[in-house]
Amino acid sequence: MSTLKKTTLALALAGATLATTAQANEVEVLHWWTSGGEARAANVLKELMEAEGYGWQDFAVAGGGGETAMTVLKSRAMSGNPPSAAQIKGPEIQEWGELGLLGDLNSVADAEGWDELLPEVVADIMRHDGQYVAVPVNVHRVNWLWANPQVLEAAGVEMPTTLDELFEAGEAIREAGFVPLAHGGQAWQDATVFESVLLGGQGSEFYQQALVELDPEALGGEQMIDALEDFKRTRELMDEGMPGRDWNVATAMVIQGVAGFQLMGDWAKGEFTAAGLTAGEDYLCAAAPGTEDAFTFNIDSLAMFRVSDDEEREAQQALARLVLEPTFQEAFNLAKGSIPARPDLDMSEFDSCAQQSLADFQRTAEEGGLVPSMAHGMAVRADIQGAIFDVVTNYFNDADMAAEEAAERMVSAAQAASF
Amino acid sequence: MRDSLPMKNTSASRLGPGAKRSTPSGGLQAWLPRLVLAPSVAISLFFVYGFMLWTFVLSLTSSRMLPSYDFVGFGQYARLMANERWWVASTNLMIFGVLFVAVCLVIGALLAILLDQKIRQEGALRTIYLYPMALSFIVTGVVWKWLLNPQLGIQAMVQGWGFESFRFDWIVDPDMAIYTLVIAAVWQASGFVMALFLAGLRGIDDSIIKAAQLDGASLPRIYLRVVMPCLRPVVFSAVMILAHIAIKSFDLVVALTGGGPGYATDLPATFMYAHAFTRAQIGLGSASAMLMLGGVLAILIPYLYSELRSRKHG
Repeated sequence: MSTLKKTTLALALAGATLATTAQANEVEVLHWWTSGGEARAANVLKELMEAEGYGWQDFAVAGGGGETAMTVLKSRAMSGNPPSAAQIKGPEIQEWGELGLLGDLNSVADAEGWDELLPEVVADIMRHDGQYVAVPVNVHRVNWLWANPQVLEAAGVEMPTTLDELFEAGEAIREAGFVPLAHGGQAWQDATVFESVLLGGQGSEFYQQALVELDPEALGGEQMIDALEDFKRTRELMDEGMPGRDWNVATAMVIQGVAGFQLMGDWAKGEFTAAGLTAGEDYLCAAAPGTEDAFTFNIDSLAMFRVSDDEEREAQQALARLVLEPTFQEAFNLAKGSIPARPDLDMSEFDSCAQQSLADFQRTAEEGGLVPSMAHGMAVRADIQGAIFDVVTNYFNDADMAAEEAAERMVSAAQAASF
Repeated sequence: MRDSLPMKNTSASRLGPGAKRSTPSGGLQAWLPRLVLAPSVAISLFFVYGFMLWTFVLSLTSSRMLPSYDFVGFGQYARLMANERWWVASTNLMIFGVLFVAVCLVIGALLAILLDQKIRQEGALRTIYLYPMALSFIVTGVVWKWLLNPQLGIQAMVQGWGFESFRFDWIVDPDMAIYTLVIAAVWQASGFVMALFLAGLRGIDDSIIKAAQLDGASLPRIYLRVVMPCLRPVVFSAVMILAHIAIKSFDLVVALTGGGPGYATDLPATFMYAHAFTRAQIGLGSASAMLMLGGVLAILIPYLYSELRSRKHG
């Protein structure tokens, strides 16, 4: 225990010494876009800032899906020296807002017309107390089904559009000698499959009630039990080597033609692209079965910390403006596999999956069905998300647990997680 | 120079209290060791005990993402007791700790006794057995993860030999996965225990064994009745070292099973890390850390007490 405490303090000290305070008209940006393509994408933003005469101090912290970066950010904030901007997403923006540490971006938002530009669900996440405090960088869609067309052909099946079709296709693929559904047995991957299956079987309205509003009646009700049972059935489509497998290894199974399908967010596209495959030809993408009228989003955003220096604040505002400008949106999202956070861009450079994603994003934003991803920390606070993960992954891996019991635990998880 | 060693009770008491300050430099010499030690004592007091205290304080608050000082009494402990996953983690630690220490001791002692039979190439064998200790638990975890993977490792290999019905899929079975941790940890640490025992065996006076042989005792009997009792201090050290490896096990779990399937192989250390650092529940994480500390003390203090007391008397 004391070791961990020491680590925290060491990180705090390291953070404080490494990061010299941002100078005037300079922004210091904490992020974890450190993989090849992402780093290049972040560099575009840096060049745009520098072209306008602002300084950019890179504060990239690699590793662990941002866990390390968040630890560094917490220690910087506690020592009273937060960076100008940090990659913070979802309900965490509200937590930082409640601590009174975030500055407002209302003037940029008014000038650029963010209210009209951004879908209401997205804008809501970027606001704390009615003030814009963060700017969205990209939109990932989580409810995707990826497929290897050769495997589908060998098994004689089409892309499934409902859960029943998925299970039928799965049987055929199994008989043809392939793994139907590639999966990695990690809590977040279990939760990713769970939310897509729940959305596919029960619809976006129920999804909203259960996994966003945490309505106890929805969490413990019949529909949840149905969703949990569907979820457990997907296990029959997976192979026994899955525990602990990383998601990209599972994607590789689809690429190599070992497995037919994978339920995963659109970052999986990066793996297909890196393998030199073309969307629509060498690999297929479609909304997860039963979810073509829904869109679970996972949005990266940059939150701005409150600063006292006027020039630094000006630089922050410029950063916020540039992030939503077409140049950066296009360059960044092409590299990252996601779609732009503003729906009015020319999408001709993007592949067919991204184009479909954007079309669905606009459609669901207007007609309903645009919901935040629970598995990716967009819907509920980290502690509740963690408690739900525990229930989901335990139920999924425990052959003896009944769906009724899991639903009950889901209710208590949503209540007991917080004070 | 006797009085330059005032810290040693024997020399100081032999010379009497006045002898300590008999020379002008004696005062400095008496204080020098304390002065030199003071910074490290202060640092350990602050960083070890100070932070233990801080963790305790935090465990009484409702701290979530950042530490706060909104006190809620023992509420976090109550939540912890109601937390299903905490009980899984604690039970796992009991299973893992007991099996790991016991199996390591048995295998280590056996290896040491066999190596002690004045065999050829003892040095080479000793190195082979000791070598796993040189690896980090991360490496051990990853290697065993592959070996135990039903589609890559041992199961696939034996099935490839034609034994189609052979199954060894503990790592994907929530009820058995905790034992895979024991296997990997024992593989890593038993060579080290062997080295401890071997050193102990070498320290035993040959004449005792010869006397026993003259009395007509068989070899197993000599080891059980004569040698092992002499090795009690070695067992003590081995248990101390193994117990703390078991309790702080974190990297092995992360590398081997990632806590899974589900959270079937969660240990208190991984529980605490998950809650304090990724789930924004610093209060709950601190409470679990305090319970871990309590658990360690509950085991160690009686053991230390009985061992040290019996050694003084016996």
